[in-house]
Amino acid sequence: MTDQLTSPAAGREVGRARTRKEDARLVTGQTLWTDNLTAPGLLHVAILRSPLAHARIERVNVRSALEREGVVAAFGGRELAEGLGSLPCAWQVTEDMVLPDHPAVAVDEVRYVGDPVAVVVARDRYVAADALEDVWVDYEPLPPVMDLEAALAEGAPLVHADKGTNRCYTWPLASGDYAAARAAADVVVHRRHHQQRLIPNAMEPRASLAVPVPATGEYTLYSSTQIPHIVRLMMALTTGIPEQKLRVVAPDVGGGFGSKLQVYGEDAIALTLARRLGQPVKWTESRSESYQAQHHGRGQIQDVELAATRDGRLLGMRVDLLADMGAYLMIITPGTPLLGAFMYPGIYKMDAYDFRCTGVFTTRTPTDAYRGAGRPEATFAIERTMDELAAELDMDPLELRRRNWIGHEEFPFTTVAGLTYDSGNYEAATDRAVALFGYADLRAEQRARQANADPVRLGIGISTYTEMCGLAPSRILGSLRYAAGGWEAASIRMLPTGKVEVITGTSPHGQGHVTAWSQIAADALGVPFEDVEVMHGDTRVAPQGMDTYGSRSLVIGGIAVHEAALKVVAKARTVAAHLLEASEDDLEFADGAFSVRGSPDARRTIQEIAFAVFAAHDLPEGMEPTLNAEHLLDPDNFSYPHGTHLCAVEVDTETGAVKVRSYVCVDDVGRVVNPMIVEGQIHGGVAQGIAQALYEEAVYDDAGNLVSGTMADYLVPAAPDLPDLVTDRTETPATSNPLGVKGVGEAGTIASTPAVVNAIMDALRPLGVREIRMPCTPERIWRAVREAAASGEESAP
Amino acid sequence: MIPAKFDYARPQSADEAVRVLAEAGPEAKVLAGGQSLLPILRLRLSFPELLVDLGAVDALRGVRQERHDLVIGAMTSHHDVVEDPLVRLHAGLLARAAATVADPAVRHRGTLGGSLAHADPAGDLPAVCLALEATMVALGPQGWRTIPASEFFVDYLQTALRPDELLTEIRLPLTDGWGFHYEKFQRVAQAWAIVGVAAAVRLTPDGGTIAEARVGLVNMGARPMRAHLTETALAGAAATEEAIGRASTLAAEDTHPPTDLSGSAEYREHLARVLTRRALLAATGAA
Repeated sequence: MTDQLTSPAAGREVGRARTRKEDARLVTGQTLWTDNLTAPGLLHVAILRSPLAHARIERVNVRSALEREGVVAAFGGRELAEGLGSLPCAWQVTEDMVLPDHPAVAVDEVRYVGDPVAVVVARDRYVAADALEDVWVDYEPLPPVMDLEAALAEGAPLVHADKGTNRCYTWPLASGDYAAARAAADVVVHRRHHQQRLIPNAMEPRASLAVPVPATGEYTLYSSTQIPHIVRLMMALTTGIPEQKLRVVAPDVGGGFGSKLQVYGEDAIALTLARRLGQPVKWTESRSESYQAQHHGRGQIQDVELAATRDGRLLGMRVDLLADMGAYLMIITPGTPLLGAFMYPGIYKMDAYDFRCTGVFTTRTPTDAYRGAGRPEATFAIERTMDELAAELDMDPLELRRRNWIGHEEFPFTTVAGLTYDSGNYEAATDRAVALFGYADLRAEQRARQANADPVRLGIGISTYTEMCGLAPSRILGSLRYAAGGWEAASIRMLPTGKVEVITGTSPHGQGHVTAWSQIAADALGVPFEDVEVMHGDTRVAPQGMDTYGSRSLVIGGIAVHEAALKVVAKARTVAAHLLEASEDDLEFADGAFSVRGSPDARRTIQEIAFAVFAAHDLPEGMEPTLNAEHLLDPDNFSYPHGTHLCAVEVDTETGAVKVRSYVCVDDVGRVVNPMIVEGQIHGGVAQGIAQALYEEAVYDDAGNLVSGTMADYLVPAAPDLPDLVTDRTETPATSNPLGVKGVGEAGTIASTPAVVNAIMDALRPLGVREIRMPCTPERIWRAVREAAASGEESAP
Repeated sequence: MIPAKFDYARPQSADEAVRVLAEAGPEAKVLAGGQSLLPILRLRLSFPELLVDLGAVDALRGVRQERHDLVIGAMTSHHDVVEDPLVRLHAGLLARAAATVADPAVRHRGTLGGSLAHADPAGDLPAVCLALEATMVALGPQGWRTIPASEFFVDYLQTALRPDELLTEIRLPLTDGWGFHYEKFQRVAQAWAIVGVAAAVRLTPDGGTIAEARVGLVNMGARPMRAHLTETALAGAAATEEAIGRASTLAAEDTHPPTDLSGSAEYREHLARVLTRRALLAATGAA
């Protein structure tokens, strides 16, 4: 794709496909992950987890574990709970939201398979693992709560008996008069979509290492987390360790996808044990533990209704969600489905919108943010239902979209959900995608296969998505009752030699911030890309930050770097004017040097100025001897990437197998800092979205066991399972930030799932199939085709 | 994901391995490529007291031809089976099927003997060796014995090998000139087959009639099995799409496939019929 990359202006870094500074270290193993870290006197923790979905804990007996050689300590939940608060939820979405107590280790009841019940500390990891088999727990089984609708029924068994209900909250959003829109409609399409639970599957499972300094009461927590700053604050509140005595470090972190946007009990366990035992303590998760005990994503039932006129004009939309909270509320469990609440109308104009979400407790692993967090669910619902409406109207699904989307001349546009989309060009992205895809030829082939009753059918799926990136303007978070803000911090240190250190509050775990921030800083400061180092992920190095999630890092953190760099340049300008004995207004700054207009020999490079400021022999009156600057950025608005994804599938109606034959994505993520990184994000994101459509599901049995508990049963696709992607971009700059960037971390995941399922349905609809559940497994497709054939619904081609 | 404690032996010869096994008793387990055993140990589904690692027994690796048999050492890796010119020439079905095992990393570590001795009915190669009418050569304290493939696979993860016996060689009758195909149906490339069908077909010299057809079924019961009724129906039948289609409808008879997350028993029976037809059509060239 190099031929399609943005060509940067001479000497400019932003827009260049720089190879990532991070990668040489990562791919050659010259780095340390949390599990590689050690400390003198290190002890190892193993965690005993509940084998039952729901049970009263009668007794936890750790005595024989303590007798095993090498075991240092062992505790049940009650003993560990002393001095340890409930794990935090930062999002009280409604005033009356039910917020259950959430101990790091279960005290009275276990509420999901994987809920911790006891911890063992030993001198080595093997002994700790063996000693778990010596811990005896007596359980009194309680009924599991697995079905979202049944859980809300009168008299249903309760996940939290003391709360008297399994309903966590009901959150409404209404705009316009939906009842009137529905009454005026010629066509009302209703569909129920199931968003299956997904397991995030970061490459590196979690790990926590807590290192105490007993003499001073200081602690360093190394954790494989996306959010070291939030972990520090929350661990201070939960453990009682004073915030100033707690340092949190996220070393190189091997992926997160939201699963490490969390304040986990295991961090609290490590800190508590380190405090109690006065020695460093490490816990490292196994993949099996990760499947049970890291939060899951999705898990919703969506009832969606679109009301439209016969000529395909949308009048309104109603959405009724049931969202599976799992057993407890974690950091943003209740808010995650609501992040999608504003995105159900997608790119379309309509006058009425009626949204309601009910959070439901079940005896499953808690849910929380997973790549896209609420927006993939919303995009799936609107894009899938648009295709159903098109079928109902007997209209080409692209044409239906064209009749309803916001025209490029209509921006900024305030949607029915109340967001103001600043920019976009849906026509341009769609036209480009259609051209790359060969839409007309594929439609012709589809008709031919149908006419010949070919057992292998062709289907075409469309997804014209948008999303909201850049979480988030603090005032909006406040209005949604989220506990914190959405700003980001950056500071820049100009070193005496003119080299640059950028300190960012974002916490990359695969995104390539070190490279991208270097490009941004290099441009603003006029220094070489190689002269910039970026530091992050350590609360002692980067004391302020809101961390990395929600495609926020570039549009907030990256812009903060840009703004901080401009402050450095402004200070340098003052010094340059002083040294050149010129007025600041007469100075030009280009290619890293200030020169006086009209006398090009009168020139100082920014590196020379950096040394002059360090020497401080001759500074402007009153100036402090530093060029360093800091910027905290709180955005005014979200950013809204968009694009058009087109997918062609071949469905083997004999076996139910689906083959993605071609996939075109044209994304508009605004101005691009590093096209190679953008390309990688799209590829990975599309892979994850296809995975939801075709492969992945966290399956529980009726007793509450996670039966897809290993990678043998939870199918994560690899390269051979995925199509070659044709990627391209349009560039409509965001107007909400000076670089025009929008963010790209989640776009591929958000866009691709409905494109694939729409394609499958497009192939099967002529056979009489009305709905298919994700993941669209071969057996589900085979059954759907067979049942449709049995009911004799095959329509004439 | 840490195995329970075990002892470890690394014998230098097959004789030494058998001696170690005999001394250790039934709580010992043979480690070949480890691609099935190690995950089982890490999940603590098995607790052997001793692992006898055959990694140093070089004599168990390699392929040779002996008269009408192709002889493959039990410790020959899948990768080496796939790449071996003798295997490709004389037992093409095995090479074709071995190339579909999991992923390259597994194929470089995993061994033919290990796969057969593990006897997972979802494994690709047990059904292939059954269809090719392989003979297993085992070494025990009393010496060598041979076990036909039809008697080797006893039950789910159980073979006719005694605890003190070692699978040393797999002998395959040459199938030069046979048509063959392995039809594997799976959800992702690294996963086990939901159902797999290994077909080998010998046509009469004029090419118009099927002299003999062999059909091995993967994951259609507790053991790898043959689709005997299909095979019988095709013996002497015309090599036509119609005859193959008819015979394939019998492929799921007498099978007892599992129901699991990948598919129900009913779906597997359906797949067995469809995949048998496809495999046989490809093997006869009638497709």
